[in-house]
Order: sequence, then C-alpha cells, then structure tokens
Amino acid sequence: MLNNITIGQYFPGNSFLHRMDPRAKIIATTIFVVAIFLANSPLAYGLVGAFTIFAMLLSRLPLRLMWSAIKPLWIIIVFTMGIHIFTTPGNSLFQWGVINITDQGLAMGLQMAARLIFLILFSSLLTYTTSPIRLTDGIEHLLNPFRCIGVPAHELAMMMTIALRFIPTLLDETDRIMKAQSARGADFVTGSIIQRAKNMVPLLVPLFISAFRRADELAIAMEARCYRGGVNRTRMKELQVTYVDYIGVGAVILITIVLIVLWWLDL
Amino acid sequence: MAIVLDNITYTYGVGTPFEKTALHGVSLTIENGEFLGIIGHTGSGKSTFVQHLNGLLHPTTGTVTVNGVDISASTEEAKKMRHKVGMVFQYPEHQLFEETIAEDIAFGPKNLGLSADEVDERVREAMKFVGLDYDTYAERSPFHLSGGQMRRVAIAGVVAMNPDFLVLDEPSAGLDPFGREEIFEEIIRLHKEKGITVILVSHNMEDISRMASRLVVLDKGRIVLDGEPMDIFNNHRDELQAVGVDVPPVSVTMEYLREQGLDVSNRVLSVDDAVQAILEGGSHVK
Amino acid sequence: MNEKDIMIDVNHMSHIYSDENGNDVHALNDVSLSIKRGEFVCIIGTNGSGKSTLAKHFNVLLQPSEGYINVCGYDTRDEEHIWDIRQHVGMVFQNPDNQIVAAVVEEDVAFGPENLGIPSAEIRKRVDAALEAVNMTEYREHGPHLLSGGQKQRIAIAGVLAMKPDCIVLDEPTAMLDPKGRREVLETVHKLNKEEGITIVYITHFMEEAVTADRVVVMKNGVKLHDGTPREIFSHVDTLKGLGLDVPVASEIAFKLNEKGYEIGKSIINNEELAVGLKHSKLADQLLDNHNVGAKTISSPTNEDVNAVRGEGTH
Repeated sequence: MLNNITIGQYFPGNSFLHRMDPRAKIIATTIFVVAIFLANSPLAYGLVGAFTIFAMLLSRLPLRLMWSAIKPLWIIIVFTMGIHIFTTPGNSLFQWGVINITDQGLAMGLQMAARLIFLILFSSLLTYTTSPIRLTDGIEHLLNPFRCIGVPAHELAMMMTIALRFIPTLLDETDRIMKAQSARGADFVTGSIIQRAKNMVPLLVPLFISAFRRADELAIAMEARCYRGGVNRTRMKELQVTYVDYIGVGAVILITIVLIVLWWLDL
Repeated sequence: MAIVLDNITYTYGVGTPFEKTALHGVSLTIENGEFLGIIGHTGSGKSTFVQHLNGLLHPTTGTVTVNGVDISASTEEAKKMRHKVGMVFQYPEHQLFEETIAEDIAFGPKNLGLSADEVDERVREAMKFVGLDYDTYAERSPFHLSGGQMRRVAIAGVVAMNPDFLVLDEPSAGLDPFGREEIFEEIIRLHKEKGITVILVSHNMEDISRMASRLVVLDKGRIVLDGEPMDIFNNHRDELQAVGVDVPPVSVTMEYLREQGLDVSNRVLSVDDAVQAILEGGSHVK
Repeated sequence: MNEKDIMIDVNHMSHIYSDENGNDVHALNDVSLSIKRGEFVCIIGTNGSGKSTLAKHFNVLLQPSEGYINVCGYDTRDEEHIWDIRQHVGMVFQNPDNQIVAAVVEEDVAFGPENLGIPSAEIRKRVDAALEAVNMTEYREHGPHLLSGGQKQRIAIAGVLAMKPDCIVLDEPTAMLDPKGRREVLETVHKLNKEEGITIVYITHFMEEAVTADRVVVMKNGVKLHDGTPREIFSHVDTLKGLGLDVPVASEIAFKLNEKGYEIGKSIINNEELAVGLKHSKLADQLLDNHNVGAKTISSPTNEDVNAVRGEGTH
C-alpha cells in the first residue's frame, strides 16, 4: 500500500552530483529553488527546465526515479494549478456558471505547476544523490555558525538522521497494522471525512505506541554506544570542499544571475 | 467448506520498475477441519501467500474462493467470506489500541455490524477461550499486560469474529517456552473444540510436526512439497535442506541413531515418541 | 585467580523498582556472579526472570539498588568511569531495528567510534575491519531496512566491535530471528570469542544456543538458580523443564530412558553421546541386532550437518 514512496531516499553512485559536498549541494539547491520563482517568461522557464534536466542527466540516475518523486505530490500540483486557473482574473476563455477560466489564469496555473515540478525534481536530486548522514552533516555544518544564537545544530541533525533512518521502518509498520486492522474489519477508505478520521484511530494508536517504544529502545542503544551529544564527536567522513563544488555552485549562481537579468529586463 | 486457490500468481509493483513476482501459479485446496502447516524460509513467499487467504492481497492472476465465493469481488457476500478467514499477524500485540481489553476484542465483532448484546457475548466467549477471566481483565488496559497475555488478547480479538479459518503467522515468536506452550494449547483447543481450520505459518519445525495434519513447503513462490508432516520430514530431507528448511530436532536425533547402526524407527514427532521408538527398537522390523 | 582475569564481578547485587501500585519489585535479588576474560557465558531464564535486567547492569544502563558490580575493574557506581565501561563492554539488543541509528550500514557501524572522538582515518579502518569480521562488507552501503534480521544483528555486532570492546553482552539477540538468522548470529559471536578473545555474555531462551557456551547461568524470579557447564546444567532435565525451559532432545530422551531404569548415562547433551550411551546400555543387544541393514541404505546427513542443524558444538 505504501511501498512506492521514494521521497527522501538515497541512491548510491559516483556521479558529479554524488561527489559534491553536501554543503555545496544544499546551498546550490537553495539558491536554485529561489531562482525558480524569478522565472516569468517562456525563455526563463526553458532555461530552468533545461538546467534541471541537465542536472538530472548529470546524476546518472534512472529517469523513472524523477517520476516517482513527482507522483506522490501530484495532488498538490493539480490543486495549486487549479486554484490559479480558477481564481486569476483576465480575459475569459471558458465560462460555465461560476466557473470562469481566463487566459491569465491558465498561464499562471501552468507556470505554478511548472515551478512546483522543477522545485520537486531539483530538491529530490539533492536527497537522491546525498546519503542522509552526509545531508544532515551538511546541515549541521551550515547551522554551526548559528549555535551562538541558540540553534541546536547537532541535535537537529541527529533528529533528522534518525527520522530518515526510521521512515522506511515506520512505513512498513503502518502497512502491517493497516492490514491487521483490515483483517478485523476496519475500513480506511470509505465514509465521510470525519468518519474516516475516526477510523484512523486503530491505526494511529498502535503506530504511536510503536514509535515511542522504538524511540525508547533506540535511546538506550545509543547510550550504550557512548553517545553523549555532539561534544567531542568526530566523523568517519569529514566534509571536504573540492573543485566539483566550485563548479556546481558556480553553475547555479551563473544561472541565477541570468534569471535575474531576464526578470529585470522582463523578457 | 474450503479455501481454494486456483493457479494464483502475485506480482508486486505491476508496471513499475520494481516489479517482482512473489507467487508463481500456486494452487491449493484447504479443506475444512484441516490443521495446515506452512513452512519456507524468509522470502519464500509465505507471507504474500497467507495474505491472499483473506483478501488482504488479491492475486494478479488466478482466483481465491472461500466456500465457493470469489473473495476478490466487491460484493457483500465476498466481504462476508473474507471475514470468515481470521488473520493473526506476527507480533499481533502491536495492533492493540483500545483503552480496555474488552473494547479491543470487541473491535472486530462491531465491524461485523453485530448488536451490542451479541458483541458482548462474543467478547466473553473469546476471552474465555484464550484463558482470560472476564471479570478480572475486561476493564483493564491491554498495555499493562505481559507480552504473552497481550498476544492472547490480540488473538481473542480475531477469534471473536468467529472465523471458520484462522491463519497464524509465527504466533510464538519471541515468547519463552512457557508462553509458547500456552499459545499452542489455545490454538489446539480452537482447532479441536471450535472446529476452526488452522493455517499455521512457523519456522519452528517442532511445533509444526507436533500439531499439523498437513504440511506445505514454499520456496521461491512455489509449492515444493505438500503432504503429511511425518512423510515430508522422513522422506524428503534433501529437498527440505535444499530450500533451507530445518528438520525437527527429534527427527535429526533419530536419524543420527539409525546412522550409527541403532535399529530405531524414525517415525517420531515428539520426544515421547522417540523414547517409545527406542524401547521398541529392533522389534519393528521383525 | 588474578584480579585482572575477571571481566565482570557481580557482588550480592539487587535491583529494586516500584511498580504502578507503589510496591517494591525485586527484579534482581542478591545475585553474585563472576565472569572471566575470554569466557563465553550464556544466561538463560524465562521472560521476567531478571536476565535482561542483569545484563543492563553490565553496561551501566542500570545501577544496582543493593550490592555492587565491577566491570573491567571499575565500580559501576563510579560516575567517572561510565564511559570507559561502555567502551569496553558493548551491548547488542533484541530488536534489530531499534538499535541501528544511521540509514547506511557503514555509517551506523561508525557511530560508536565517532562518539569516542576517534580520528576519521582510524574510524574508517575499524569500520572496515568490523564489517569484515561479521562478514557484511558487501552490504556496507546498503540501507539497513533492506537487510534480513540476522544481517541487521550482525551490523549491530559490527557497531560494537568498531569500539574495540573486551566484552560483548547480547540481550536475546536471536529472539526475533528465523533459524537461519539465529545461526548467523551465533556463529559470528563464537568466531569473535575464539579468534579475538572477546568475552561473550549471551542471553537467550534457546537451549540449542546455550549448549554451545562454556558456562550456563540459570535465572529465575531475579535469583541466580544454577551456574555450571552446559553438561552440568542440562543433565537436570526435570529442573529445567519445571522452570519452563527447553532442554536438548538428546538430554530429554536420555533422561526419560534413565527414569525407566535403562541407565543410558547421566550427562548426555548431544546426539553423539546419546548414541554412545545407547550402545553401552541394556538396550544395546536389542537395538544393535542384525536388523540394521536397512538403516545403512538411508541417506542421512553427516555429523557436521546434524550439528549445524541443531546449532550444537561437539563436546
């Protein structure tokens, strides 16, 4: 039931993107995601699209993975598109009762959908090509300067590591409990929204109990392995900035500058 | 009354790159009143197989009928038949969720649409069957019980649906010998007294050999052996070893004694049988 | 005995906690036990016998209420040495899923040494060696959720090994595994005991695992009931059965025949000994007559296979 969610999963490899430092990848992704929202012309979209596809090819990952990144989020994409299509004023293209589709609305809807798709694809590339531990390492390093103002960089990173580690386990568990309760006649699919929310209780209670039990046991296991917070901790794989990182971040900055120019010139 | 699996194939993730066939053309008839043991190593397709028995999974090709009704249909009748097959998963205590034991056991019967009185009666009966005193335990929280007791509550929750068939997946996993004994006594009683057809999935060959009247061995999504446990353990050892399944320890012992030139029968399923076989040794061929 | 030879020394230790109703419960009651360096000790007992509570004291996850316990020469009540003890005494728990921290195998194995502040290059070496020792090198970049239970437990053992411990305490490591996984774990642990000289404390309720130990400790209701070699322990078939514990099939058969007066021998714990016992008993004439021709033609597993199936070592 739930085994086709791939968001947040890492696929090992040795491509250009795999070799980039996680910090560089996080910075590059952040800059690019902001840059996507600067695009407002076909040329700019073309550029963003081309760069995204280029990055996808650079990752040397099968393209089907890109599709599986978008698939679970298609409702959100369609919903966003719909809202823009139906609510933006402009020249009417089609009218039926209160429903009024305008040229402006259609353009906005398609633009928003394209932005979301590029955003999902690009950030999926980050998680696909970066092992969760390196990702959280990167976040930890990037947040470290903010520790003096009270940002618990190490703790946040550890929480993310554990969350990523347990997502597949808890998905399996959810599947198992759903099946066990279905076998006792539970119904998770029909009924009104309120009824369905109520029907989730037999799933959620065991799931929470299990998650707490796991957390408890994990805490003991971590303590037994001498974990005592981030102080004096070393890492097996120290982060290192190399030429690939300069090229990667440089390319994203270049694209962003071009996009800013296009936006400014309103092309 | 029977569960009939006719040439079922099951493929995970059809149409995706992760496509994987877990069952290949499996046919099996489970007759009413049988005590069927299912063995196979992890990944042999066992759990996919049992999930077909009550429609948690529907075959990609082939049909599963319970008492003649195709349970993949979306009719009321098919739904009713699916509920005739109870399913106790591994570590069933992990599915408990209600505040009291009685309420948790009542979950299944309530979903069947029974009246409050009927539900109450089912709960009392199920608790009695798994050896939990109603007056003592009904209003207690299931989460304060011992592991073995929690498991009995979970089994009671399935028994309360009055199934004709009961599938149990490793019901003794993680229990100590005492707990294991209690659970199996209960299962034997369900089989003998309530006449429930039991389908037991287990790694524990001792338990299977002691209880099952018929044994099915799965490997790579196919049925490789199907027959009487004694016959399979004694005459198909090579096949069992090839598919990574152990022979019960007592069979191993008797086989070893025979190999050492001691004339004893290997038709034993328990230690008591073995003692008997040794005492009668040398005479059974005469 | 030299003090340095003692790994764990438990002295009249009790562990008392309050249950929900505020009553005192003795999870451990006046337990004394001493484990030597290099020993392979099995602790057996039913659920609630206190065996896990005892194990948690070895790694200072619990503190004694009464008495004391010395681990590697440190008193566990001495806060200063808690981390020294945890570094020397590693722990493997029952649920393979709930002790793996990282989403990649080798990163998880590195978790312990990273906590100890060891330099990167040294961690890399230790991780590689640890994965090699548990025969999991080829899985080092896998996600733990894709591994079998036995493989996950071997990763957990590697995670402990990478900390270079003197002793590994395993708290029912095989309770949730299938027979294949159980064998993998037991074989790995034996190898570490023999080849690396690591002291092993192995908690289990599978008797076929306990017979392979140097020494077996039987717990019940928080009390240490018996302590001896597997042979001494498993010859008390009726006592163990009474405790709700299993005994090897060979022991049980021998016990029952002895009871009937056939004098098979008192301390039989495996099939080889049962066969020898029978050949020297009153039953020998009857069993060894000329009718065993048929038996020879039956294809049967070799001794090694039998041992592998039973998970027993020859004694």
